[in-house]
Amino acid sequence: MVREFEDVIIQTLCRFLVPFIQTYSLYVFAHGHSSPGGGFQGGCVMAAAFVLIFIAYDLNEAKRRFREKALLIFCCLGVFIYAGTGWACLLLGSNFLDYGFLSKVLPTDPVKARYYGMAMIELGVQITVMAIMVSIFLDLVTRGEHEEIMEEEGA
Amino acid sequence: MISEQFPALIVVTPLILSFFIPVVGWWRRSLCLPIVLVALSVCMVSAIGMLDTVLKHGKISYWLGMWEPPWGIEYVVDYLNAYVLVIVSFFGIAAAIYSKRNVEKEIPEHKIPQFYTLLLLNITGCLGIVVTGDAFNLYVLLEIASFSAYGLVAIGSEGALVASFRYIVMGTIGACFYLLGVGYLYIVTGSLNMENLRILLPPLYDTRAVQTAFVFILIGLGIKIALFPLHTWQPNAYTYAPSAVSVLISTAMAKTCVYALIRIIFSVFTVDFITRYVPILDIICWVSVVAMIAGSIFAIQESNLKRMLAYSSIANVGYIMLGVGLATFTPLGLTPALMHILNHAVMKGCLFMAACAFIYKAGLWDIRDFTGLGRRMPYTCFAFILAALAMIGMPPSVGFITKWYLILAAIDAKQYVFVAAIFFSTLLMIVYFWRVIEIMYLKPVEGSKGNEIKIDEEPVSMLIPGLALAVLCFLIGIAWVSGVFSPITEGVNSRFGLGIVP
Amino acid sequence: MLEYLISKYNYWMYVVIILIGFYGMMAKSNLMKKLIGMGIFQWAIIFYFMSISAKKGATLQIISGHHGAYAVARAVDYVNPLPSVLMLTAIVVAVATTGITLSVLILIFRRYGTFEEDEIIKLMNEKGK
Repeated sequence: MVREFEDVIIQTLCRFLVPFIQTYSLYVFAHGHSSPGGGFQGGCVMAAAFVLIFIAYDLNEAKRRFREKALLIFCCLGVFIYAGTGWACLLLGSNFLDYGFLSKVLPTDPVKARYYGMAMIELGVQITVMAIMVSIFLDLVTRGEHEEIMEEEGA
Repeated sequence: MISEQFPALIVVTPLILSFFIPVVGWWRRSLCLPIVLVALSVCMVSAIGMLDTVLKHGKISYWLGMWEPPWGIEYVVDYLNAYVLVIVSFFGIAAAIYSKRNVEKEIPEHKIPQFYTLLLLNITGCLGIVVTGDAFNLYVLLEIASFSAYGLVAIGSEGALVASFRYIVMGTIGACFYLLGVGYLYIVTGSLNMENLRILLPPLYDTRAVQTAFVFILIGLGIKIALFPLHTWQPNAYTYAPSAVSVLISTAMAKTCVYALIRIIFSVFTVDFITRYVPILDIICWVSVVAMIAGSIFAIQESNLKRMLAYSSIANVGYIMLGVGLATFTPLGLTPALMHILNHAVMKGCLFMAACAFIYKAGLWDIRDFTGLGRRMPYTCFAFILAALAMIGMPPSVGFITKWYLILAAIDAKQYVFVAAIFFSTLLMIVYFWRVIEIMYLKPVEGSKGNEIKIDEEPVSMLIPGLALAVLCFLIGIAWVSGVFSPITEGVNSRFGLGIVP
Repeated sequence: MLEYLISKYNYWMYVVIILIGFYGMMAKSNLMKKLIGMGIFQWAIIFYFMSISAKKGATLQIISGHHGAYAVARAVDYVNPLPSVLMLTAIVVAVATTGITLSVLILIFRRYGTFEEDEIIKLMNEKGK
């Protein structure tokens, strides 16, 4: 179903570009709480890096490396980080998502705790968005047969 | 201490547990349903706790992240919210228990964790819509609930995909119209908090932007609740969805959207606005009357039981909206509408459970093939008959109570046409339900004497919720008469400034 | 009249775009075109929200000199940030809508082999009999 495809120029260029795209994604993510950027945008850029790998390299190879279950776990992990931060505030005796109260466990003052709390939230969003974007792309290019192919290969 | 956190817990617990399900389900599939039930039990406890608090101390206001209301997102729980929250979590639990066996049959095994994830996300969205006090937050949660509903519908039988696609198109139009309306409100007031909008809007009532916003929101949510001319997505979506999903979206989801509409009409806009500036209530009344009759006529033409029940839902949405439309003309206020939100959920939940049980056990969906079913599945058919009788309006069932109060409201409003319409639609209901009952019990089975039929009943986990709801059809009717719920209805009416018509 | 039209041109633009999207959703029989119409419809609303946040002479909502230069920001210098934040959420919703619709369309294509609505209905009726 998937055509074999190899091109030295594209693959080399891709190898060269991907680290930069990923670094840029982390930059966008890390500045999310004080300037434009954030988890969603960072996650989209990170997913774009992976999509570039899929396009430049063999799709079957990419699918072997990105199993559906791994993506699923990343997606859930992001939500857990997000909701877990909120829950931590709740357990520390304040309202949901009141990051200021994280200063009780973090060695910082409430203002800084708010800052780190936001960063945690953005991290969760970044991971989930990245996983979801990659899995949407994989579902589309494999016409939704991603999982079936994996199972056939496993069998 | 923990009771102060109920408004957050009721949304966050099912959200976080819904993402546990795929991870745990990968390890052990049998744990999926228990997780759903744990999450919904937490919701149920929170909902009842909040109802108790509201009845004792009045409105609850919860600030997410301790941001003060007009700027931050606020969760507000008053009489109306608390009442709908209990309904939604109760029917979530009922649908989850009911889903146990038929999911194994209808859904490929490796998809079961995803199914339960979507199911729980749908309930999360519904609970979020009910609990939120922010107009834009309501849009986001409405979309969460709708997306999971699209996915759940698409899992179903042949034809479900196209039904799901139509649902997506119509649902997106509805949500976008709602968003546009909120945008207009934001332009003129600069606020998105419902309580704040209620204070800021009155001086602007005669501007065209506010009136346009109201119409946009009304039509958007009208699509979501399947009000008559906007109902086209609904029959196919209900028909082809998996059994548990039919039960869930016809009870929890539909009632949540009705709640959202009532909240917008009476809480963001006020009675003053809808009586003096945009006299929309007359139109709502007439549209509902048309819905009541047209839905019943469509239902009579149908021979597919689930589709017949779907059209019957359209008629019943008409009943609820008639209650909303008559609210300002009668001392009863919103009472008939509030009654029918609960009553219709109970009756339609029971009927859908029975209809899906016929498909599950006997593979029968066409009414004409139901011969001898009364002997084959006696308990299910008994539940079906109880709910059908309630729907028709046998005293002291819930259907009778609704119709009685609606007629009282219509007489108060001096709209005798509506009284006639209620009677006429009841007659039509008798026609379509009697046809089912007749074939089930009275029509002889071809080629046999009838005593050869063995009892072939559905599994207990499907039977118990159905029978429980069937009994509730009558118990709740008695509860309404005895005034158990009157603090809630009075609280809602007094908060919205209703029920004091000269 | 012309002045009235021009002074509110952003609203006219959004009305035109939203109607194009609406036409695509309602009149086209190809399901993929319906999806494209749906996308245009949603993006029109996003444009509309962005246009209401605009101000003359204002810039992006980044407080310049954030890292210590001057901390006091004047509201007139910046466009309204709230619509941007709301539309960020609306974009996520739009992405999710597109994703779920595409996955439904893939399944439809696998089952029926076409995107034309009338052909699908014909196939469904044949299978029903």
